[in-house]
Amino acid sequence: MRAARRRAGVEPAARATTIEARLVDVTLGGNPVLRGVDLWVGAGEWVALVGPNGSGKTTLLRALLGEVEATGWLRCGGIDPASPDRRRIARTVALVPQHPVIPPGMTVQDYVLLGRTPHLGFLVTEGARDHEVVGDTLARLDLDGFGHREVATLSGGERQRATLARALAQEPSVLLLDEPTSALDVGHQQQVLELVDSLRREHGLTVLSAMHDLTLASQYAVRLVLLSRGQAVAAGTAREVLTVDALAQHYGARVRVLHDECDGVVVVPVRDHQLPERP
Amino acid sequence: MAAGHVAASPGTVARDGAVAGAAGRTSGGLLIAGAVVLVLGVVVVSAMVGPAHLDVQGVVRALVDRLPLVRVDQTLDAGQASILWQIRLPRIALAVIVGAALSGAGAAYQGAFRNPLADPYLLGAAAGAALGAAVVIAYGAGLRDVAGTTAVPFAAFAGAMGGVVMTWTLGRSVGGRSAGTLILAGVAVASFLTSLSTYVMQRNVETIREVYSFILGRLATHGWDEVQLILPYVVPSLVVVLLHARLLDVMSVGDAEASSLGVRPGRVRGVVVAAATLATAAAVAVSGLIGFIGIIVPHLVRLLVGPSHRLVLPLTMLGGAAFLTAADVVARTLDSPAEIPIGVVTAFFGAPFFVMVLRASRRSLS
Repeated sequence: MRAARRRAGVEPAARATTIEARLVDVTLGGNPVLRGVDLWVGAGEWVALVGPNGSGKTTLLRALLGEVEATGWLRCGGIDPASPDRRRIARTVALVPQHPVIPPGMTVQDYVLLGRTPHLGFLVTEGARDHEVVGDTLARLDLDGFGHREVATLSGGERQRATLARALAQEPSVLLLDEPTSALDVGHQQQVLELVDSLRREHGLTVLSAMHDLTLASQYAVRLVLLSRGQAVAAGTAREVLTVDALAQHYGARVRVLHDECDGVVVVPVRDHQLPERP
Repeated sequence: MAAGHVAASPGTVARDGAVAGAAGRTSGGLLIAGAVVLVLGVVVVSAMVGPAHLDVQGVVRALVDRLPLVRVDQTLDAGQASILWQIRLPRIALAVIVGAALSGAGAAYQGAFRNPLADPYLLGAAAGAALGAAVVIAYGAGLRDVAGTTAVPFAAFAGAMGGVVMTWTLGRSVGGRSAGTLILAGVAVASFLTSLSTYVMQRNVETIREVYSFILGRLATHGWDEVQLILPYVVPSLVVVLLHARLLDVMSVGDAEASSLGVRPGRVRGVVVAAATLATAAAVAVSGLIGFIGIIVPHLVRLLVGPSHRLVLPLTMLGGAAFLTAADVVARTLDSPAEIPIGVVTAFFGAPFFVMVLRASRRSLS
């Protein structure tokens, strides 16, 4: 019942909505990629977008940034993503892309400083305040000693933190994460997600993350939205969304879903031993 | 790269960051000041060398005397002063301007297209200029004395701009403003225009030598005419490129991420490429096709100071000015009284030098 109400985009009135999408359609190269997607995320909430490859998770994030043309109603941080004021959007919404482009030779300090871009006018260079924000962010992400290292020489986990630091240096109120942990081992996955969660709690950051790891998604996100073939087919808590049937239907996956003690779920892939062996 | 010790100093991290920024600016300022001194040194040496030797004291005194509010006694006689001001310095000034324009345009193209192999001729400027020059040299006998000077520079300028506009229009019509589409459109336009100029040259074999001399590049001057002709195009163009240095740094993370940082990559690329093209077309108009420095100088600078365009762009322009001025000394003295085409000199000395720096920097990096 709760899930059904959410699917219809009806929000329990208490919280201000920071991300709102109603009946959003996106067509790329003639193919419908998103069809009638509804989504809302309250201020300070963490919502995870889950769904199989090609279900439109990244496209939805890009639509919220105004990087792809979308029809329907979209607001992100109170701004229409179609607004021509790119700098205003970038001061409000920051994206951590799945595969960030690492510019050769650039130091971590300069890389994170790029996050200050939306705060700088055309002829303005970074001032003391910008360097202060960058210094604080580097310290927050345990990158203090890395300022003069080249980003290209960092390990996967360190790079991920550098890109996250760049996004945080934008001082956004909304953080969009596209598969933030796909390149990391399990320990670094937890570190990065814990960090994002503490930032969310301390600074009221609103987080929308596309995630493949369903167990982690259930542990960190307050709610999940399941996308399949460009449509939001389920929304709600992890236990409501991540059911054996839903995962079979939309992922074509055989899984066992275990409920942990604190509202999360553990999704375990299983092999079906009853199937006869192929010759 | 700079101020690596700062992170270890005591104080809050935030202050460290601020100090690092200030230290980076200071060392950047020193590097640029050093490059200016290098250019001045090359200019003085270049002014001394030639069929008539001018001594260093005389040259420096003559130059210093032209500074506002400074008067010093001259040691050059009237003939020497006339050689200096009417023959040597116009040519040196042209080398400085053309060197700064071509290398700066190369760095701008490489940043705007995020392609280390982009050069100022990438989008059809060279092929267009060659066609313009070939047509005027072959058919324009009546046109060749426009406004007291030859029409070749105007035709080359128009050809270069025309080539790039064709490339831009074609690229837009095929697939937006993406870097790859534009570069491919440039390849198509360059081949097309080259086929036309080859046809023109084959039909007019008697002018082939003159066209080739244009294609190989030369820095011939008639007093200050050429300098006055291109200065109004080159200076504003290079200023526009320099003003976009910070945005070119943002562009280095790719169009999608730059856009998420609040930059409009298509617009930045358009402005930077237009300015770099104007500078290139102006340089090509008076100096022909001087290859190589648009690639080699930006790369040398990047190897030495890292990728930040705020350092790379000014240092590349100054380095290009010094490099082309020095190359011109070689071009006009080595085989004197004949001249070696300057494009030959830049490639002959530039390529081994480039390889040396590349090897040295790889050793120090590893």
